[in-house]
Amino acid sequence: MPSAVIHIAVILAPFLAAPVAGWLGSRRRGSRIVAAVPAALAGYYAYTFSVISRSGPFSVTAAWAPALNLSLAFRFDGLSVLFAVLITAVGTLIVIYAGQYLQRHPDVGRFHAVLFAFMGSMLGLVLSDNVLVLFVFWELTGFTSYLLIGFEHDRPDARRAATQALIVTGCGGLALLAAGILLVDAAGTPRLSELMNAGGLAGHPLYVGIVILVLIAAFTKSAQFPFHFWLPNAMQAPTPVSAYLHSATMVKAGVYLVARMTPILGGASIWTGTITVVATVTMVMGACRALLETDLKRVLAYSTISALGILMLLFGIGSAPAVAAGLAYLIAHACYKGALFLVAGAVEHETGTRDAALLGGLRRTMPRTAIGAALAAGSMAGIPLFAGFIAKEQFYESVRLASLPGVWSGVLVALAVGTSMCLGAAGFIAGIAPFRGGSMITSAPHDAPASLWLGPMVLGGIGVVLGVLPALAARPVGLAAASVTGVVSPVTLVLWHGFNTTLVLSVLTLAGAGGLFALRTRLWRLRWPQAWHAERLYSFTLAALDAVGRRVAPALQSASLRSYVLTVVATAITLVTLALAADGALPSPRRWTPVAVHEGLLAALIGAGALTAAFARSQMAAVLSLGTVGYGVAVLYALLGAPDLAMTQFAVETLTVVIFVLAFYQLRGFGDLSSPLIKTRDAIVAAAAGALVTTLVLFVGASGTTSRLAAYFADAAPRLGHGLNIVNVILVDFRGFDTLGEITVLVTVAIGVRALLLIGRERRP
Amino acid sequence: MTSTILQTATRLLMPLLLLFAVFLLLRGHNQPGGGFVAGLVVASSFVLYAIAFGVDASRRALLVSPATLLGVGLLVAVTSGIPAIIAGQPFMTAQWVEVPVGPAAVAVGTPLGFDVGVFLAVVGVVLTIVFTLAEVSLSEG
Repeated sequence: MPSAVIHIAVILAPFLAAPVAGWLGSRRRGSRIVAAVPAALAGYYAYTFSVISRSGPFSVTAAWAPALNLSLAFRFDGLSVLFAVLITAVGTLIVIYAGQYLQRHPDVGRFHAVLFAFMGSMLGLVLSDNVLVLFVFWELTGFTSYLLIGFEHDRPDARRAATQALIVTGCGGLALLAAGILLVDAAGTPRLSELMNAGGLAGHPLYVGIVILVLIAAFTKSAQFPFHFWLPNAMQAPTPVSAYLHSATMVKAGVYLVARMTPILGGASIWTGTITVVATVTMVMGACRALLETDLKRVLAYSTISALGILMLLFGIGSAPAVAAGLAYLIAHACYKGALFLVAGAVEHETGTRDAALLGGLRRTMPRTAIGAALAAGSMAGIPLFAGFIAKEQFYESVRLASLPGVWSGVLVALAVGTSMCLGAAGFIAGIAPFRGGSMITSAPHDAPASLWLGPMVLGGIGVVLGVLPALAARPVGLAAASVTGVVSPVTLVLWHGFNTTLVLSVLTLAGAGGLFALRTRLWRLRWPQAWHAERLYSFTLAALDAVGRRVAPALQSASLRSYVLTVVATAITLVTLALAADGALPSPRRWTPVAVHEGLLAALIGAGALTAAFARSQMAAVLSLGTVGYGVAVLYALLGAPDLAMTQFAVETLTVVIFVLAFYQLRGFGDLSSPLIKTRDAIVAAAAGALVTTLVLFVGASGTTSRLAAYFADAAPRLGHGLNIVNVILVDFRGFDTLGEITVLVTVAIGVRALLLIGRERRP
Repeated sequence: MTSTILQTATRLLMPLLLLFAVFLLLRGHNQPGGGFVAGLVVASSFVLYAIAFGVDASRRALLVSPATLLGVGLLVAVTSGIPAIIAGQPFMTAQWVEVPVGPAAVAVGTPLGFDVGVFLAVVGVVLTIVFTLAEVSLSEG
């Protein structure tokens, strides 16, 4: 199916473009050229959206590993394409911005390449229709995020933050894999679209387990309490990364997962209840902490955590209005939070600081950046005529309608209003405060260049357009909501709902936000209680793992090759002997082939070589005796009709002798290393191993079952593999994947050997 | 330690060994041989050269760094599996084309590319280990 291949090539286009982006990105103005890739993709997905709205969702599949029932299945429906448009559109602005922001950085090319790889991973994540493919892309976003947070890897802080994000979201990824496997087991298909049509899984014995695992994955990725701590630390990343991954796209993957799984897992109280509680704690905690920070990026990071809590809450409630509200909030948030991050980066780029307590008066020197910032802040605070206002109204409406027991309904509304107040104030701190008032920082001689203010201006502008004409967003939101709720119902987004309770709450929110903003310098003096830091849980877990490792590792890893060999051989002997004993009587050899004279001589030579090696008094004697054994075995292969094995054995023996001779320089003297007692023990183990292998070989020959493999391969190799040498056809064709694994191991070993030999030595040219 | 006999013999043997390796590589599909053993033969020839003329001379004779061969070998091997994906089959399914050579036709397929990848990787692995070991040992010994 050629069209499927084209669709999949488009989905994976950012991966294909990554090397080009890496090359062009390091050129002057190169990033403006490569930004055409995400821009074109954004157009493509916007077009796809219109196709879906006309003729409904569609899927494309291509075989990946059919034997494992694994196919590259992608599905284009309202939710996935909405995300795809967001990812590519915001991505375009980010690429343009990053080219300028990192202009003088020596590794700007690498940055572009990884950024494109991330974009591809994120697109794959939202478009996957196979839960296991989704897992692969999920992990890829985590991995590329690791590379981007740790982009300036010469700074220990950046490395630590990157590792922390990788570990926390990586654990979630493993939970997702487990959830996927259980899901396939429970429902019999890995296809999300089929799972959705099959209806809910509630009541299945595996249901609770699947829910817990899916939620762990979603909560770690979307920085929900108590896993949120990695997100503020991830602000070590360059600002374009914070804007793109840690506010607009990747952190919403958890929200996406919850939305995607709602038709499959939603409805039950364990699902709704857990999400409601965790999301509410997250949104309140994030909002409060945002006001205690003065670093603009940390203010925005905590406000993002809070917004993620709000999104999670709305999708957890799961009613049709709540889902629509969540999607509206998602779009508004991606615009204003992305813009504010970019503003923070532009301000830091021009003034050298992003401390809110120091910044002020920049509107005169950075007027264009100030306009973008003000538009974004207005949206974040939920002022009427901004997209944030519409989204907030919908949020309040859904929370008021949520059916919670007793007094909790009122509590939730109060918490929602309080959260929005704090978020509004945080928006003012990040978007208004640096630009108003007297000039505290005077080191900004001019406005940021166009590529730095373009992003905030466009994103802020979209917020105004959607705020004034919310009907523009109604159809995308409606389509996306339909793929979550399963019911196609038109969504109405309007500016004016009339005088009602929600409007009163909105006015109250704005007043509160203004008040909190006025009090900001007092709030900055407060400190979040040390005991409440969830990061302590992380440090404690890692420390505990280290402690266990320190106890266990020395016992298992003696760093002595002889003890490893002894353990492996003794274990093998024991297990095989037990298995043979359990099987009862062995068949007795039925037929003895007469031994020819030259074969007997060869066997004697091999035996003599082995004995000489065991009793040799010098290294050279031992190696040469072992060589005799090796060459003898090679001759045996040649005699018994295995010329391929013989040739390889000859070559390997020759090289082994050379490597041994060279390695002598590294070995200590060849003295008596073992006491007689240990020598006796080793001799017994060696003799037992030899006896066991001899027995096995004899009985395998006597067992009488004729193998069908030889006949099969003799027939298939010329027919299917176009070769007469069965061994080689198996190696490079029939079992080629195994060989690929083997040479990968060999290459890894070679790198490892080189690294170990060169540790502590000057690097050679 | 330089030995004129060894050096002269090496000069004569080296081209023969390399030619023999190519022979092994190409005929491996129908007769004993293949990428793995061909790689070992090439590696052995460069080890022989290193014994006769020194590791530095052997590195120069190899033209590329053994580490490069590691990467290129793996890359070639992986790339040989991609045509199958384009043809809509699982990764690494062999693809064959009949190439007319005179009156006969020779089947050329992706497994040949894979075998070349194995060959390069094996040369890289052996020479990375032997050269590094030799440099470290001889500089201290």
